[in-house]
Amino acid sequence: MADSDSLLQQALAAISESGDEKSLEGLRVQYLGKKGRLTAELKNLGQLPAEERPAAGEQINLAKRQVQQALEARKSELVRDSLSRQLAGEALDVTLPGRRQSQGGLHPVTVTIDRIRRLFEGAGYSVAEGPEIEDDYHNFEALNIPEHHPARAMHDTFYVSPGTVLRTHTSPVQVRVMENGKPPFRMICPGRVYRCDSDVTHTPMFHQVEGLLIDEQASFADLKGTVEDFLRAFFERDLAVRFRPSYFPFTEPSAEVDVACVSCGGKGCRICGQSGWLEVMGCGMVHPHVLELSKVDPQRYTGFAFGMGVERLAMLRYNVSDLRTFFENDLRFLSQFH
Amino acid sequence: MIFSEQWIREWVAHDLAPSELMERLTMAGLEVDAHQAVAYDFDNVVVAEVTQVAAHPDADKLSVCTVSDGETTVQVVCGAPDVRVGMKAPLAKVGAQIHDKPGKKPFVIKQAKLRGVESAGMLCATDELGLLTARAPKEKAPGLMELPADAPVGENLRDYLRLNDTSIELDLTPNRGDCLGIAGLAREIGVLARQDVKPPAMPAVKPVIDDTFPVSITAADGCPRYLGRVVRRINLNAATPLWMQEKLRRCGLRSIDPVVDVTNYVLLELGQPLHAFDLNKLKGGIDVRLARAGEKLTLLDEKEVDLTPDTLLITDETGPVAMAGIMGGLGTAVDKTTRDVFLECAFFSPLAIAGRARAYGLHTDASHRYERGVDHGIQHRAMERATALLLEIAGGESGPVTEATGTIPARREVVLRTGSIRRLLGIDIPIYDVLEILERLGFALSHSGGEIRVGVPPFRFDVSLEADLIEELARIYGYNKLPKSGGLGEQALTAQPEAVVPLNQLRQHLVALGYQEVITYSFIEPTLAAKLGSEHSGEPITLQNPISADMAVMRGSLLPGLISALKHNANRQQTRLRLFESGLVFLKPGEGEGADQWARTQQPARIAGLICGRKNPENWNQNKQLVDFYDVKGDVEALLALGGETAAYRFEPAESAPYQTGQCARVTREGETVGYLGALHPATRRELELDSPVFLFELALEPLTRRRLPRSHELSRYPEVGRDLAVVVENAVPATDILAAVRENAGEHLNSLRIFDVYQGDAVGKNKKSVALGLTWQHPSRTLSDEEINSIILKCVNALEQQFNAVLRS
Repeated sequence: MADSDSLLQQALAAISESGDEKSLEGLRVQYLGKKGRLTAELKNLGQLPAEERPAAGEQINLAKRQVQQALEARKSELVRDSLSRQLAGEALDVTLPGRRQSQGGLHPVTVTIDRIRRLFEGAGYSVAEGPEIEDDYHNFEALNIPEHHPARAMHDTFYVSPGTVLRTHTSPVQVRVMENGKPPFRMICPGRVYRCDSDVTHTPMFHQVEGLLIDEQASFADLKGTVEDFLRAFFERDLAVRFRPSYFPFTEPSAEVDVACVSCGGKGCRICGQSGWLEVMGCGMVHPHVLELSKVDPQRYTGFAFGMGVERLAMLRYNVSDLRTFFENDLRFLSQFH
Repeated sequence: MIFSEQWIREWVAHDLAPSELMERLTMAGLEVDAHQAVAYDFDNVVVAEVTQVAAHPDADKLSVCTVSDGETTVQVVCGAPDVRVGMKAPLAKVGAQIHDKPGKKPFVIKQAKLRGVESAGMLCATDELGLLTARAPKEKAPGLMELPADAPVGENLRDYLRLNDTSIELDLTPNRGDCLGIAGLAREIGVLARQDVKPPAMPAVKPVIDDTFPVSITAADGCPRYLGRVVRRINLNAATPLWMQEKLRRCGLRSIDPVVDVTNYVLLELGQPLHAFDLNKLKGGIDVRLARAGEKLTLLDEKEVDLTPDTLLITDETGPVAMAGIMGGLGTAVDKTTRDVFLECAFFSPLAIAGRARAYGLHTDASHRYERGVDHGIQHRAMERATALLLEIAGGESGPVTEATGTIPARREVVLRTGSIRRLLGIDIPIYDVLEILERLGFALSHSGGEIRVGVPPFRFDVSLEADLIEELARIYGYNKLPKSGGLGEQALTAQPEAVVPLNQLRQHLVALGYQEVITYSFIEPTLAAKLGSEHSGEPITLQNPISADMAVMRGSLLPGLISALKHNANRQQTRLRLFESGLVFLKPGEGEGADQWARTQQPARIAGLICGRKNPENWNQNKQLVDFYDVKGDVEALLALGGETAAYRFEPAESAPYQTGQCARVTREGETVGYLGALHPATRRELELDSPVFLFELALEPLTRRRLPRSHELSRYPEVGRDLAVVVENAVPATDILAAVRENAGEHLNSLRIFDVYQGDAVGKNKKSVALGLTWQHPSRTLSDEEINSIILKCVNALEQQFNAVLRS
């Protein structure tokens, strides 16, 4: 039957030219629908002689399958094309910046205190805080600094009233903890402190972290170990550390702690004033009077204390050259710590 | 304390090089702050004599000198106005090199013609050779350096003046008053070098006249010992010998006149301050006593001071003549015409002097030493030393020493148990080391068994306990030789309460919301405090001694600091800011009894933030809308949510400075005020010259750190039912009240309630708003029916109608 063959050819040509799903559907109806042309051919089979019918029927059915396949193939081709057109239209410049809130950040002093805290918390120290307007007793007397003691001149003190000061160190927090607790003690006290002094290397407010350990067998050797381990952990370097005798009324013996200059490694440079050493901490064994004043028995307990300036450590760690920038709060500076 | 390294060698024959000496001192607790050579490095400079002086033919200010250097005679053109025949002065010969700038090429003396006249060398002034006073290094000498008449012509100046010496400046801690003199330093260095100290001989002066001046002590505790001595017919115009001038200079003091120089010399040598009065200006007799009300004294610096009753005075029968241990009075001072002096050499107790000089704004070499403690066994020796030196230089005739005594401090004895050394230091120091160290430091020892009885010498005011002695041992033995232990005692876990929001989490949350933390000074400008003040911050606490006028009061609020940081950055073209700070604020206590008042100072911790400028950072795809109230409120809500108890907080309309009325909310938690948030009042903003709107919040920290421990419950397997509801109410009805009314009537199975739209406009009428609410319910064990929900909605609508005159919007 030449008819079905030519019909098939017409159908396939029309399908391959069809440009959208709607016209494809039209072609399906036109050829394969109930009243479609190939369907009609099948209906007309009865008019053929009986012996020709099976072959003709098979040919028409084959043509139908071919048309059906062609329709499906064309349809998925069209879907693919339309999707790729859609995708092409939706393409973005993925290199443009995303949409978000601006970047905030912590102040470098906070970052440094948090770092110190984590190191000591890992060693079992608790964290204590206290008032910044402090009475003379807790800031001085309880720390073995009676009135008129020359050491008071080392603390340029801000006064709120004759007996009330802005704390000059965080040691009074330790006194308060000792007064209200029982040994052993193991704590650090971070916070703001105040000295009436302002120049290139002093700001009238700065931050300290002081530590205290009171136990039955704490010795200067434990102090040395603790301080050295801390400094090496803080700077993440195997720094040389040295202890120099010094004087604080609340410790005996007392020491200043130097580390090999983090900038030149000890050869001598501008940062360390050519000495090769940087003074970073003060420390010592807690003075027996201080223990007694806080109701800790010095015959039974010994202890050590240490203190460090947070800004000093932050300057060394983060290469900050001017102390005063910490309190100017210039975003161009602060954003350097994001 | 500045000292000459060579002077020490006269007392103790050690073999430490200067650099080694300085290192040892620093490591023994006497920190070397600075050091410098006592003269420039130079050679070929000799003692010379000027034999002829003639005017320069072509220059008014120059002279042509003939100078003998011992070997030959040379012609030198000299610009010094004081050059004269017979004068001895340093001559830098041709070829001499003077290193006047360290690290640079030396200044070389050449044969030269000066204004046409040959000159073969240079006569030198002190500053040209770097013979500068340590405390006044820039001083320009007025003329040539005049050498003594007996200076040997031709001798190398370095050898003659022993210039290979170093001035060493120590930054002494206040406990080491005993090292404020050569004698004390020599003792210390003797211990470090394990060498004996050999002080120069200081024989007593035999009186040649009988004159005395009466002395008495009323303040027996303040003045344990007072020595006086009359010296008559001295010559104040006598020149202080060069050796003494040089020692003074190398210790930072300038030569003034024989009396001042001698007292300064003994001060430096023995650490004992002395004072000289003009004998003829004193009346009656000396009494040492405390000041009386209303007394005044004009001091040597010509300032008159009103004396406070705790000031120890030297008085005569007319009244105060000196502030004991601090400064002499002008009226009895030695001057050019003085012939007879009364020398004072006293021990004033540290407690009587400490803090007094500072209270008068003074600080003197004497007060510095008395405050820290002067050896109370040394006054006789110092008096004899000073008298002998004065007689040697200025002539005169000395009377006998008059002594008055008050309460001499008792000698202290401390017991040192060898076991304590190990207990405190973690190491045993050999007993022979212990004994040698303490003995060389001047302690008197008697040793038996494990105990050493240690007599404390009168110059060690800082030793009264066993721990003090152990420190002495440790610092001489060497801190860095002491062991280090890794052990920190027993392992101990730290408590980590979970029902707490740590401050750090609040901070990190704000950081995630785009805030930058700032740290501002706790003291602020009073006018800014006033502009931004409120009942929340109270009246500020004023500092008695502020560092400057703009840091004069303590902050009662964190907002002034944030505003200052905003202004600093706004002045640097930063227009979009999100800042926060946490810290203490200081609330002035009410009036009360004395110091007790300040004990009641409230110092709560707060957290505060500020936003201004655009809502979003400038970006190609974000709009340029400015921040508004709901941005800051959203951030506050986010902070409150960290504790998991948002329902405990309420926001209510508030009127509070420095916020704009109508855009200010008070945050409360179970009735207690937590803080405020809102827009900075436009009038305040204008006063502060801020262009764009600023939104602030300030909250008490403590409530924010309270957290509910999570308590889980089972999930319902039944569907959630949702309904929307829109009502029209008066504008003034707060949304929070509508929500409360709905929540109260929405039954126990209400799952969520939110406002999804607020509309104001013509469709709802003037001064009205439509509030659209979304509600969902869920029952734990069954499906809720439509009828149940309908009746709940009806209940809610009825409540809204009754309470707010609400109309259901169709």
